[in-house]
Amino acid sequence: MSDILLTIDGKEVHAKPETTVLDAARSAGIFIPTLCHHEKLEPYGGCRLCTVEVESRGRINYFASCLFPVERNLVVRTRTEKVDKIRKVILELLLAHAPDSPQLVALAEEYGAKADRFDKESSFCVLCGLCVRYCAEVKKKNAIAFVDQGPRREINFIPEIASKECWNCKECFPLCPTSYLQAAYLLTEALAFPSSLKSESGSR
Amino acid sequence: MARINSAAELEEVRKSIATKKDPNKPCVAICGGIGCLGGRENLIHAFEEEVKKQKLEGKADVRVTGCHGFCAQGPNIIIYPEEICYVKVQPEDASEIVSQTLIGKKVVDRLVYTDPNTGKKAVHQSEIPYYKKQTRNLLGTNPKIDPRSIDDYLAIGGYSALAKGLLQMGPEQVLEEVKKANLRGRGGGGFPAGLKWETARNAKAEIKYVICNGHEGEPGAYMDRAIFQGNPHLIIEGLIIGGYAVGARQGFIYTRHDMPRLRENIDLALKKAEEYGFLGRNILGSGFDFQIEVHLDVGIFVSGEASALMRSIEGKAPEPRPKYTRTAVKGIWERPSNLNNVETWANVPQIISKGSEWYAGIGTERSKGTKMVSLSGNIVNTGVVEVPFGTSLKEIVYDIGGGIPNGKKLKGVHFGAAMGGTLPAELIDTPLDFDVLSKLGAAIGAGGLFVMDEDTSMVSMSRFFLDFLANESCGKCVPCREGIRQMLRIFTRMSEGKGKEGDIETLEELCEVGSLASLCALGKTTSSPIRSGLRFFRREYEASIKPTKRTA
Amino acid sequence: MDDHRIDEIVNKYEGKPNSVIMVLMDIQHENRWLPREVLEKVSNKLGVPLSDILHIATFYKTFSLKPQGRHEVHVCAGTSCHQRGSAKILEKVRDLIGIDPGETTSDLRFSLENGSCLGCCTLGPEIVVDGVHHNNITPDDVEDILKNYK
Repeated sequence: MSDILLTIDGKEVHAKPETTVLDAARSAGIFIPTLCHHEKLEPYGGCRLCTVEVESRGRINYFASCLFPVERNLVVRTRTEKVDKIRKVILELLLAHAPDSPQLVALAEEYGAKADRFDKESSFCVLCGLCVRYCAEVKKKNAIAFVDQGPRREINFIPEIASKECWNCKECFPLCPTSYLQAAYLLTEALAFPSSLKSESGSR
Repeated sequence: MARINSAAELEEVRKSIATKKDPNKPCVAICGGIGCLGGRENLIHAFEEEVKKQKLEGKADVRVTGCHGFCAQGPNIIIYPEEICYVKVQPEDASEIVSQTLIGKKVVDRLVYTDPNTGKKAVHQSEIPYYKKQTRNLLGTNPKIDPRSIDDYLAIGGYSALAKGLLQMGPEQVLEEVKKANLRGRGGGGFPAGLKWETARNAKAEIKYVICNGHEGEPGAYMDRAIFQGNPHLIIEGLIIGGYAVGARQGFIYTRHDMPRLRENIDLALKKAEEYGFLGRNILGSGFDFQIEVHLDVGIFVSGEASALMRSIEGKAPEPRPKYTRTAVKGIWERPSNLNNVETWANVPQIISKGSEWYAGIGTERSKGTKMVSLSGNIVNTGVVEVPFGTSLKEIVYDIGGGIPNGKKLKGVHFGAAMGGTLPAELIDTPLDFDVLSKLGAAIGAGGLFVMDEDTSMVSMSRFFLDFLANESCGKCVPCREGIRQMLRIFTRMSEGKGKEGDIETLEELCEVGSLASLCALGKTTSSPIRSGLRFFRREYEASIKPTKRTA
Repeated sequence: MDDHRIDEIVNKYEGKPNSVIMVLMDIQHENRWLPREVLEKVSNKLGVPLSDILHIATFYKTFSLKPQGRHEVHVCAGTSCHQRGSAKILEKVRDLIGIDPGETTSDLRFSLENGSCLGCCTLGPEIVVDGVHHNNITPDDVEDILKNYK
């Protein structure tokens, strides 16, 4: 299969078919910010920080570059007024939950996002899904679930599984952009792990 | 009933049904729509009892039909063969109707429709202004057939389009006809069905699917239920024809879980269609095999979104997939899946039997055919109507809809519910047309037309729509989930008159980002009612901003 | 719900993983709610991770993870009903039976929902109790309607 030629920020980039615009950009040394993306996981398209401007067949659109497949003659712009505005607002929306998240704070400066634009929200989870997806796709234990919908969406540790698997694993902890994951784990452990295991583990 | 294996056999069956039918046999056609019966069966029982009591068993039929469309005047019944319409019928009226009209052939005056504006009475549908101004190519059949009888459907010419398509036309020819007719999706997208079919047809795959989206989650839209419950074979026929054109041997019907009568009618229709040979192997001797599976919705709006619906059929949580993976190419289980709305499928048989040229003769240049519209809100005649595209909104709201009740003035007309927009009263002459309405920021959506009178608060309506979306958003992507969250905070303030300086600008920015960066159509259109409101009713929003000491 | 019945339902859909939603719907319909142990059993029998089942069961409004009341009260929250004052109807219902939408009374008499449009806009504002529509009502009608449901 022949390479596909597209343009990213004025630079000609060659990519294999079925490559995402994000991967194509990275291979050409062009940086696009991400939050919910991880090389070991299927692209998710939840945070939308990687949104780029895409021009194809005379039309301009905005797509999440982690999901959008390369196309011949695609013209991609990773920084435009609208793209920057999108990223700024996304950051401001997320900072309302997790104002201390290092990833968010670092990007906020670049995009002029104000951490106090929106009032503080009670939950500091940003629902990037890295924990849920890592546990499902890499560890294949499915110890964490997304529950509920819309603004009420949350992540929950499943006590029956987490009590057996998590203590010796915790590989998802460093993935969390906020401190929510560890807090959620400890809370679940305290409240919902089967009491038999709690007494066994003693020191915890 | 033996399977029908050819066009000739089909005509034989049709003839034999016709000879068995007595066109003069009295029949009480009771509207079985949810708006008329309200989940109760007592009206039906009353008539069944009276027919027995007055010794008409076997000599008169009691037929429970689909929606007649005149919900505001329900419960509705029509007495055949005279086609006498009675409105607001109660179980206690059954005895008089049976003795006076069925037996005595006299009209019961007090149950006849009276025009509230002129005081004129109208006995027949053709005399009632509500019906007179409609073009009921789809809905008109409802009162005339028993939705549980495939013979009734055959008697009015049902499945002749299927026979024509399968036996006289090739799949490409069927597809061409649908393209030439310019049938556009009726579920809200307005996308040319023929083009979608073509994409699915051209996708290289052994297994393909066609899907009927009967979810009808748009609040205020209830026309799909009306046609599906009243004439399920019409949609089934359309779906089989679509499967043939696209090259799919499997169809899915995705329908509501909360309407028992609808479900029963669909299940029975599928069973009968299979028995008669319209489903299964080698349909009508054409060599084409086709099966249909029914899936139920689970009570959430976003599962009406095509890719989310497909996730649901796959058994997963309905999280929409981005549109650049076109579902016509990769849908259910990564196979080409052509999804269309109930009303879209309902239009297909007439396009095949009467031809694309006939169909394209109805409507406007780029919006062809008729559209079912469900009227609700501050309007005298709530109900399901059917008009050709191009009909002015004024005619729909006033001539058919009967105008605004309680002497109030019209404030606006809203399409598309929580994902739509409002047209102010000054634009009431706008024609019903996909593109014209879309350009005005009030895309037709599924066709639910919500009328607002002068007492409506636009701020309150915007807040209401956001509440709806908060309950229906899947929550996966930030612009939608967090955008709704923050917009709700702002609207809560505004509806208490405590809007802050800068709130409208924040709303506008959240709307812009949501419309550009959200994952699916729900996220992208959360901003529509707000933008539409700000476009035509900006002052109302500004009035809810508490003036600061500086501006007061 | 006993294991045998769950097996029957799973087998009705040939144990296919993609039938999980249909299986849960049948159980919800029969059992009126989805107990945790039943979810675990379904997870095992269909080979679908419990996390996915929990996502589905909490995502869709049709499912209830808590026991439901004997009578289901649904206050239509569609646009047209809202326009006609459904908010006041809901308030009256809440006052009378003391629960919020999504909850069940402690004596298991009523469960309350105020989901989306029921598609009978002519009948609004309305409450639907056990599938029967009480239409064009005012807040004053609510008490009379509900007292008939024990």
